[in-house]
Amino acid sequence: MRRVSPLRRVGVTGRGLVVLFPYLWLLLFLLVPFVIVLKISFSDVDLAIPPYRPLIEWIGKNSLAIKLNLNNYAFLFTDSLYISAFLNSIKVAFISTLLCLIIGYPIAYGIARSSATSRNLLLLLVVLPFWTSLLLRVYAWIGLLKANGVINNILIWLGVIHEPLTMLYTPFAMYVGIVYSYLPFLILPLYANLEKMDWQLLEAAEDLGCRPWQAFYKITLPLSRNGILAGSMLVFIPAVGEFVIPALLGGPNALMIGRVLWDEFFSNRAWPVASAVAILLLILLVPFMMWYQSVQARESAGAR
Amino acid sequence: MTNAGEALKAAPWTDPAARPYVRIERITKSFGDFKAVDDVSLNIYQGEIFCLLGASGCGKTTLLRMLGGFETPTSGRIFIDGEDMTGVPPYERPVNMMFQSYALFPHMNVEQNVAFGLKQDRVPKAEIAERVATMLELVKLGGFAKRKPHQLSGGQKQRVALARSLVKRPKLLLLDEPLGALDKKLREHTQFELISLQDKLGVTFLVVTHDQEEAMTLASRIGVMDHGEIVQAGTPSEIYEFPNSKFVADFVGTVNIFEGKLIEDEPEHVRIGSEELGGTIYVSHGISAAPEAIVWAAIRPEKIFMSTAPPQSIDQGTDNVVRGAVQDIAYLGDLSIYLVKLPTGKVVRVTQPNTSRHAEAISWEQQVYLSWDASSPVVVTR
Repeated sequence: MRRVSPLRRVGVTGRGLVVLFPYLWLLLFLLVPFVIVLKISFSDVDLAIPPYRPLIEWIGKNSLAIKLNLNNYAFLFTDSLYISAFLNSIKVAFISTLLCLIIGYPIAYGIARSSATSRNLLLLLVVLPFWTSLLLRVYAWIGLLKANGVINNILIWLGVIHEPLTMLYTPFAMYVGIVYSYLPFLILPLYANLEKMDWQLLEAAEDLGCRPWQAFYKITLPLSRNGILAGSMLVFIPAVGEFVIPALLGGPNALMIGRVLWDEFFSNRAWPVASAVAILLLILLVPFMMWYQSVQARESAGAR
Repeated sequence: MTNAGEALKAAPWTDPAARPYVRIERITKSFGDFKAVDDVSLNIYQGEIFCLLGASGCGKTTLLRMLGGFETPTSGRIFIDGEDMTGVPPYERPVNMMFQSYALFPHMNVEQNVAFGLKQDRVPKAEIAERVATMLELVKLGGFAKRKPHQLSGGQKQRVALARSLVKRPKLLLLDEPLGALDKKLREHTQFELISLQDKLGVTFLVVTHDQEEAMTLASRIGVMDHGEIVQAGTPSEIYEFPNSKFVADFVGTVNIFEGKLIEDEPEHVRIGSEELGGTIYVSHGISAAPEAIVWAAIRPEKIFMSTAPPQSIDQGTDNVVRGAVQDIAYLGDLSIYLVKLPTGKVVRVTQPNTSRHAEAISWEQQVYLSWDASSPVVVTR
């Protein structure tokens, strides 16, 4: 008779355990924190530790009161600060994504069309910055961009300019920082897409009367659509909530939602409002994430 | 069989006054030290199906790609319909290509794929629609216009590729292994369709293939390529029956080759003594070779008679007859292949049609006589 392990008898299988693990991970580190934040976003502020009141209270004997405070959300729509921070974040993320695309597409294309040996080296170079902490790399940009920084010194030495340019703590510096930091996230999925491309299609297009740029526009570009979308989402989604780079390079005027969230949380100790901001940001980004997911699913299904 | 040769008015390559449609003049293509195509000259006439036949790496695809404009010749010139094509980019040539991988645009449906080239040429919309529909009808894909390439079978993809390359009415259509990706049954069927289509449209075809059967069926003429050179060009039967070298004899079809020495060299016959054969070969035509020269006699397997009794010709001498033992038999249904081992150790390949269902079977180890007509061997000097 075949022996059945005691675990299996209660319905636990090896495959079940393997599948269980990622779900457990998501439950513990995504869903539980999310529920906590959601809970806080409906709470009242209080001068206590933690600085909010519980949602659920015993009132008298045998009765439980759940009090959902919607004021935090309402507040976000009454004070124009939050709306404009949201809009500005989306604008910054959008422009950064566009810049990343303009710079990253030729790079990804070049890597995909290079020989197999140089390809690995080039990919390594794209990933290489990840070996240093993001914070250090952003600080390095301060050294490059400041008034007596490397770039200004070189330009003055070359005689191109006579006065140092104000670059640090401007939107320019912020875009430089964001584009620089997120570029690899655009290049890698785009490269993965372009690498699968059948280059003979371009010859076929030329054979049928396309000049090389027309072949690119009519064949390569539409066929790399999924790679463009995937890479853009990977830049856009985190860039909307970006905090560190605008804080370090963007100066005081860079009003982004990540910054607002930080201020509410740490300076004002308004945890409920900060949580509401976080939840709203999440709701804003969910459609983009779902879009990204569907693009990824299409990409791996191979049907374009 | 309808060979494309019959579609042509006569065999224009035999007429010195005929004007070649595609003229390849001393084309060479080097990649570093390697000469992929080495000083090739070739004339192709209007309405021909010319097949470049050769093993992979012989330079046939490079030659094709130079005609398409995808490779620039290192030296030499290409003329199509009198116009110098050297240096003209692919998108300005009156040439279209059917790629081996078909290279269908995966994001466009069948109709859009076929219309692509016409749109590129800014042909009026109504005309595009009409020409695409006609072409799809012609390749029997009328009902598939809205399908995407990944929804099509291999044979259907092949037709789309063909339609797409023909719809622009090119002066020359280049086909790179057009039937290579199809299974055997479909391939045979498609060969004949391709010929009738070519006949209907009158477009000149240049086909590259490594499959000699494909070349034999399709071609009005075949150019056999080896190491970047065209070693022989001629009609399928010329190539098969009158190969000019061991390489061609061996590459096109199967053949038994016997090395020997000229022992008798007369204008109307030669006699070759072959140690490999263990006998003499009498050939009923003269050849041009030095006396005592080493030559090779090539005999096709189907031109060798096999019998258990001595053939009648043995009374007239011992030329063209040898004995051997059957070593192996492959029964293919329509015919059988016999491998007969001669006393010298040489193994001869013989094919015999199975004309009777109850034929007295020749079996393994049996002693047999092999003989052939004096007109059957082809003597080559290289």
